[in-house]
Amino acid sequence: MSDFNIDDKVDITDVVCPTTFVKAKVALEELDDGQILSIRLNDGEPVQNVPRSIKEEGHQILKLLDNEDGTYELIVKKVGD
Amino acid sequence: MAVNYAVLKKGGFMRQKQKNNFSLRLRVVGGNLTAVQLAKIAEVADKFGEGYVHLTSRQSVEIPFIKVDDIDDVKNALAEGDVEPGVCGPRVRTITACQGEAICPSGCIDTYALAKELDDRYFARELPHKFKFGITGCQNNCLKAEENDVGIKGGIKVSWKEDDCIGCGVCAKACRQGAITITDKKISVDSDKCNFCGRCYKACPTDAWNTVHGYIVSFGGLFGNQINKGETIIPFIEDKETLLRICDAAIEFFDKNAKPSERFKFTIDRVGRENFEKVILEAYNE
Ligand code: HEM
Ligand code: SF4
Ligand code: SF4
Ligand code: SF4
Repeated sequence: MSDFNIDDKVDITDVVCPTTFVKAKVALEELDDGQILSIRLNDGEPVQNVPRSIKEEGHQILKLLDNEDGTYELIVKKVGD
Repeated sequence: MAVNYAVLKKGGFMRQKQKNNFSLRLRVVGGNLTAVQLAKIAEVADKFGEGYVHLTSRQSVEIPFIKVDDIDDVKNALAEGDVEPGVCGPRVRTITACQGEAICPSGCIDTYALAKELDDRYFARELPHKFKFGITGCQNNCLKAEENDVGIKGGIKVSWKEDDCIGCGVCAKACRQGAITITDKKISVDSDKCNFCGRCYKACPTDAWNTVHGYIVSFGGLFGNQINKGETIIPFIEDKETLLRICDAAIEFFDKNAKPSERFKFTIDRVGRENFEKVILEAYNE
């Protein structure tokens, strides 16, 4: 994870789809253009769907890291204000 | 007055158990109706029916309790709102479709445009028995393609573009088939597992995939007294011209070989699946 300068983190492992995306989106709204958010998400539906929803919102996905505990870290650069 | 039920049925008038009453089936393509059409349907249901409509299981609308003496007036009134009667009986039925690529983020093909094209090509064509087309935009199969005589499902055939890949790893997780493996930043797709869902490409942040949007077609589906899941012959059809040739060939085969009142599946079974496959493969390779 040291490859990225993380500006903020959000943990969405405590909610289920579609609230996962809502929570991630709300966190992204707090950021400025170009800032980087790290999103902790669960295996299964969240990791299958959340990256795509974030792409469709126009943000830039940089990396998906496997925490090897059934969760992942999705590194996203905010695009737009 | 003598009532010619065959003619009425052809025109979408379904005889009700209540004498001299018909439930009028309307022509709907791909599940869409305009606001103008809906307003006219509402007006006719109020004036000539009992103020309600029934939504059929295949995306059509019926107006129950139309009186036999009002049939011409009802047809004229509907025509003012661009609404036509549908069909029943031994012919090509309503072409059904999900919202597809034009609306749905998962869609791989423009289902509505295709429904209109098939409707222009085949709607109400006389055949030995009813014949149903259904079009669904992707593997999620909201429109249940395989329950139709010909079911069409949108798909995306992918191939990895190494130069555009940032190695994020999202695609391998987006794939529900477990078809993607990443080793040393190289991606490989297992073609035995890939079902053309397109999820890898749709999730990829850099669109590092070449894509062909195409069709997965199944034949001989039934979902009534008998139930049968339509079966695929060609794994993936890459262009619409080929798709239309294959649909033509399937309908011709049915027209030529089916006995009256025999559904497509039973014609295929009786004439022999291998003979049908040969016809379809010929159309594919033409
Ligand atoms: C009882 C409370 C709430 C319920 C049941 C609820 C439910 C939902 C649902 C079902 C969606 C659609 C998700 C999707 O499109 O996948 C959504 C979207 C959203 N909600 Fe909520 N929500 C609630 C409260 C809130 C609150 C308090 C906020 C903000 C602080 C919020 C912010 C959002 C945002 C930003 C979206 C995304 C809208 C978009 O996609 O354009 N929601 N909500
Ligand atoms: S089948 Fe696919 S494209 Fe059609 S509505 Fe369902 S998810 Fe969307
Ligand atoms: S098209 Fe679907 S099944 Fe095929 S590799 Fe991509 S995600 Fe997996
Ligand atoms: S999602 Fe796209 S960029 Fe990421 S690893 Fe897969 S192909 Fe590469």
